[in-house]
Amino acid sequence: MNGDEMVTVYIMGKRHRVPANLTIMKAMEYAGYQLRRGAGCRGGFCGACSTIYRMRGSFRLQVALACQKMVEDGMIITQLPFIPSEKKRYNLEKLRPDPGVFLEYFPEIARCLSCNTCTKACPQDLMVMDYVQAALRGDIKTAAELSFDCLSCGLCAVRCPAEIVPYHIGQLARRLYSRYIVGPSHQVQNRVMEIEKGIYDEEIRRLKSLDINMLREIYSRRG
Amino acid sequence: MQKSISLVEETRRERAGRSFPFMSMEERRRILEEWHPDYKPGTKRPLLIGPSRGMIVPHEVADILEAHPLIGPNEIDVTDPEYDVDVLVIGAGGAGLSAALTAQESGIETEGILMVQKLRLGDSNSKMSQGGIQAAVGPDDSPALHFLDIIGGGLFANKPELVEILAKEGPEVIRWHESLGVIYDKNPDGTMKLISGGGTCRNRMLTCKDYTGLEITRVLLDEFLNREIPYLEFTCAVELLTDEQGQVTGAVLWDMDSDEYRVVRAKSTILATGGFGRLHIQGFETTNHYGATGDGIVLAYHVGAVLRDLDATQYHPTGAAYPEQLVGQLCTEALRGRGAQPVNRLGEMFVHPLETRDAESAAIIRECYGRDLGVTTPTGMRGVWLDTPLIDLLHGPGTIEREFHAMYRMFGRFNIDIRKEPILVFPTLHYMNGGVEINPRAETSIPGLFAAGEVCGGVHGKNRLMGNSQLDLYVFGRRAGRYAAERARKVQAGRPTLNHIERYERWLEEAGIKTSRKAPILLPEYRGKRTLEHIIKLL
Repeated sequence: MNGDEMVTVYIMGKRHRVPANLTIMKAMEYAGYQLRRGAGCRGGFCGACSTIYRMRGSFRLQVALACQKMVEDGMIITQLPFIPSEKKRYNLEKLRPDPGVFLEYFPEIARCLSCNTCTKACPQDLMVMDYVQAALRGDIKTAAELSFDCLSCGLCAVRCPAEIVPYHIGQLARRLYSRYIVGPSHQVQNRVMEIEKGIYDEEIRRLKSLDINMLREIYSRRG
Repeated sequence: MQKSISLVEETRRERAGRSFPFMSMEERRRILEEWHPDYKPGTKRPLLIGPSRGMIVPHEVADILEAHPLIGPNEIDVTDPEYDVDVLVIGAGGAGLSAALTAQESGIETEGILMVQKLRLGDSNSKMSQGGIQAAVGPDDSPALHFLDIIGGGLFANKPELVEILAKEGPEVIRWHESLGVIYDKNPDGTMKLISGGGTCRNRMLTCKDYTGLEITRVLLDEFLNREIPYLEFTCAVELLTDEQGQVTGAVLWDMDSDEYRVVRAKSTILATGGFGRLHIQGFETTNHYGATGDGIVLAYHVGAVLRDLDATQYHPTGAAYPEQLVGQLCTEALRGRGAQPVNRLGEMFVHPLETRDAESAAIIRECYGRDLGVTTPTGMRGVWLDTPLIDLLHGPGTIEREFHAMYRMFGRFNIDIRKEPILVFPTLHYMNGGVEINPRAETSIPGLFAAGEVCGGVHGKNRLMGNSQLDLYVFGRRAGRYAAERARKVQAGRPTLNHIERYERWLEEAGIKTSRKAPILLPEYRGKRTLEHIIKLL
C-alpha cells in the first residue's frame, strides 16, 4: 500500500483524514488523541483496545482490536474504555472439576441461543460459542483448549444477546483443567524437593567462590 | 523482496539440520564492540546527580533522571492521606500481582494491601512474553547449570546472590503456577516440554504455547480478583513519600481519569513498574507495552535509591521489520529455538540462531549495515530473513500452527503465512537489563522501598537471557511481597513528606542542570506526525 494514501475516518463522530496504512490505534494518535484507556500492549496480546465501528452506509456494527485493525475509508469509530462484566469470585482449592461447576457459577450459560455472535465478534477468531457450549456440557477440557488464546478483551460479552461473559468461563475452565485434570508435574515437584534438601547448594557455593576468570573458563567449557 | 525470498527457498533444504558455528568468547566480545547499539559512541552520558552519579546511561534515561519532579514540594498536602495501608504495590504485571498475593499469604489483611496500576490490571510486558519461562526441571539440568548460564549471559556483571536465588527458586515458581492452574505444555508422558533458548546449555524453557506470559498473568490476575485485594486502575504513582529519616512511606498517585492526586501512606512500598521500552532508546522501535516509560527508576532515584547496569540495554534480535504495521513487534525467540534460522538477502546463514541476545542482535545489525546483505523494505526498514518454514520442515507439518498460534495469527492478519514464507526481522528495543538495585530480600537501598521485576537491577547483569525475566517476576515478586509484609508487621508508618523533592531540586541546581523536562513521563508521546516516525540512529 502506498504510504501517501489518505482515508477519512470519524473518531467518535469527528472527521479526520489519516494515512491509510495505519491501524485504528495509530490513526487515533495521528488525529491527536493521547490514549489513556484503550491502549495496552499495542501488539495484540492484551485486549485493552476493544473498539466498535461501523462503515458509513452500512447497518452493521463491527468490533476489533484497535492495535490490530487497519483503518478503512468511512470508518466510524469508538473505543470501549471498560467492559462492565461481573467477575465471579471462587476459591480454586475448594472447587472440583465437576460437570456442573459452570452452571453453578455462570447459570446464565443455559440461556445461550447458539447464535454464534460471540464467535463472530472474537478478534482472535476463537470458537467462542463452541467453548461456551462445552462448558454447558461440563466438558472442561474442550472449554479450556478452545479458549486458550483468549485475550479477555470482552468483545464477546458485549455482543452476546444472552448476556453471557464467555471469557470468565474460559478462565475458570483453564484453571480447573490444569489444577485437577492434568494435575501437577511430578518432575517439578521432585526437583523442588531436591533443591529444598540442599543437594545443589555445594556446587553453587563453589561457583560463587570462584574468581571471575575461573568462572569465565567454566562457563565457556560448560556443555 | 520476492526475489530474495526465492533465494531463501533455494537454500532451505541444504540448510535444514545444518548449524552455523557458535562464536568464541573473543568473537562475541568483538562483534558487541563493533555492532551492538550499546557500544555506539555518543549515545550515552554519565549521570550528573544522585547516588549513582557517574554511571553511564543512554541519553534517554539521563533525560528522565535529570528532570524536575512532576510536583513541587509544597504543591499538595501529603499529611492527610486518603489511603493508609500496610503494603502498597505499584504496578500490576507479573511481579506486582505475585507480590500482592504473597503479601496477603504472609498475613497482611486484605484491606491492608493496595494495588495501583497506571493502565488496566494485568496490562504489562509480563503479559506479552511469548517464548517461555526458564526453570531447571529437566533430568539433565540443575540449578547450578542455570546459575552458570545466567551469570555468563549477563557478562559476569550480575549479583551472584541474586542469580543463585533465581536459579534455585525456578522450579518452585513452576510448582506454584501449576497449583494456581497455569497450563504448561507437556509431553505425552506428562513430563514438561522443554525447549532451548539463546545462551542456555540445556533445554530449559517451559512454555504455554507462544502465549506464556498471557497465560501466567491472567491466572494470577484471576486469583488476585478472587481474593478481593483492593486496587485502583488507571492510577499511577507520580512520586514516592518519605519520612524524616528518608525512609519510603507511601506514594502520591495521579488518577488518570479524573486528573486528581491521591495520597497513600504505606509501611512498605513495592515498585513493580517494569521497564523503559517506550523511551525508544536510540530511536529503536520496541516490543514493550504502552506504559513502559521507566517511571520506576525515576521514582526510586528521587528518593535516593541506587541504580545499576543501566548502561546495558537489551535489543531483541528478532523484531518484525515488515509489514509496516508490525514493525518492532516481537517475533519470539522460541521460533529460533525450534529451528528457524536467520539468513541474509542471499539465503545464507551468518550466525548461530541461538547466540545470546546481545551477540545475535549485533550479528543481524552487521549483516544489514556492515555487510549490506540485508533486505530493504518499501518504507526503508532493513532486516534479515527469519526462515520460519524450517520449523515445519524439521518437526513435521502442523508444528507452527500447534506451537506458534500468536505468531501465525499476527502475520496471518497481514496475509503472510509463516509456515510457507520467511519473515523479515531486525533488532528491537526489548528489555531494561539494569534498574533499581535490590538485595535477596527485594529491598532497595532505601528502607521501606522494595522492588521486583524489570524495574530492578542486579539479577541479569548486562544481558538477560530469554525466559529469565518471566522467572524473575515471580521469584522476586513473591520475595518482595513476603519481606514487605514482614516489615509492615514490625514498623510504625512514618509521617509522610516530600522533603526528598527539595533535595532533588537542589541536586539539579548544584549540578547546573537547567531544563524544562519533567519526569516520570507516564505516557509516551505519539500524537500527530510522530505516529509515522521510524528513525533508528544507526548510521
